[in-house]
Amino acid sequence: MADTTLTHIGRTQPRPAGLQGVAADWSSDQRAFKNVSWGKAMMWIFLLSDTFVFGCFLLSYMTARMSTRVPWPNPSEVFALHIGGSNVPLILIAIMTFVLISSSGTMAMAVNFGYRRDRRKTAILMLLTAALGATFVGMQAFEWTKLISEGVRPWGNPWGAAQFGSSFFMITGFHGTHVTFGVIFLIIVARKVWRGDYDTGRPGFFTSRRGSYENVEIMGLYWHFVDLVWVFIFAFFYLW
Amino acid sequence: MAEATANGLGQHTLHGAQAHDPAATGIAPAEVHQEHPIKLYLVVWAWLFILSACSYLVDYVGLQGYLRWSLILIFMMLKAGLIVAVFMHMAWERLALTYAIILPPILVLVFVAMMVFESDYTLLTRMVFFGAEP
Repeated sequence: MADTTLTHIGRTQPRPAGLQGVAADWSSDQRAFKNVSWGKAMMWIFLLSDTFVFGCFLLSYMTARMSTRVPWPNPSEVFALHIGGSNVPLILIAIMTFVLISSSGTMAMAVNFGYRRDRRKTAILMLLTAALGATFVGMQAFEWTKLISEGVRPWGNPWGAAQFGSSFFMITGFHGTHVTFGVIFLIIVARKVWRGDYDTGRPGFFTSRRGSYENVEIMGLYWHFVDLVWVFIFAFFYLW
Repeated sequence: MAEATANGLGQHTLHGAQAHDPAATGIAPAEVHQEHPIKLYLVVWAWLFILSACSYLVDYVGLQGYLRWSLILIFMMLKAGLIVAVFMHMAWERLALTYAIILPPILVLVFVAMMVFESDYTLLTRMVFFGAEP
């Protein structure tokens, strides 16, 4: 990676390529993430810690499922919906997956228009992302209601291993909470974009730092992470 | 810049702060802006749809056993890779950040291995004391 001089003109020496460059960036008394702002670096580190949180949830689910003598309920049947006289397996979950992926797509485009300083398109795309996120949470609420009415509880269910309920509510509940907070912050950032905060460099209410369109990208990092976690939940909990 | 063009995803430029204002000195904040063509995002979006449909089909068709599990894992990793690399722009970040974020989660696999042994042991003791069937 030979781009050290890209951002620090006249101040830094060239870096060797590959791992040696990584070692050079990390060693000695200096800033490790050369061309990444602190806001973005901190969001990445937060997401890394969140990865471990969700990793632990999925691990505990794996341990519960592997160590029980009682058969695990078949998610393909549990999450089937009765449509048009037949049971369609996992259809609601599939729709939720597509909704969340679409919201990731609109978010990525919002980041793009943000850097082009197109306030209107950025704000509209962010609000569309928030609407898709709210749709996702709504469908999850429907799913919870359906399962609870069928008798799924954290301590038991009609079909098999008791740990099914606790794993399900824990994992999807935490994920749904993340989506909900994401929707709230999407609306806050969209309002700032719409008002032109990032054009005028208006100080934020929390840190009093001047915002820039990079805040949209940082918001996007969080949102894509929520989508990323769903990819793993979909694979391990619903499909496995 | 060399990396941005060498990764095969097109000739996208990363605009440093100086790229917008050449007169600015090197003291200025040096954040890199991620600007890529809209088309790239649409292509990735389409691929995510295709891969999700494929993983749903694995269940719909009713594949079982190792074929099912390996397909689920392959589609999952491809989707996760696309999201992290393109949507989260990891493909264009500096290696020092990429390694700092990507390597630690891989260590979770060690934890997975530990818990696999642990659950096998728990299952064994449960079968010994309670019998194979509930």
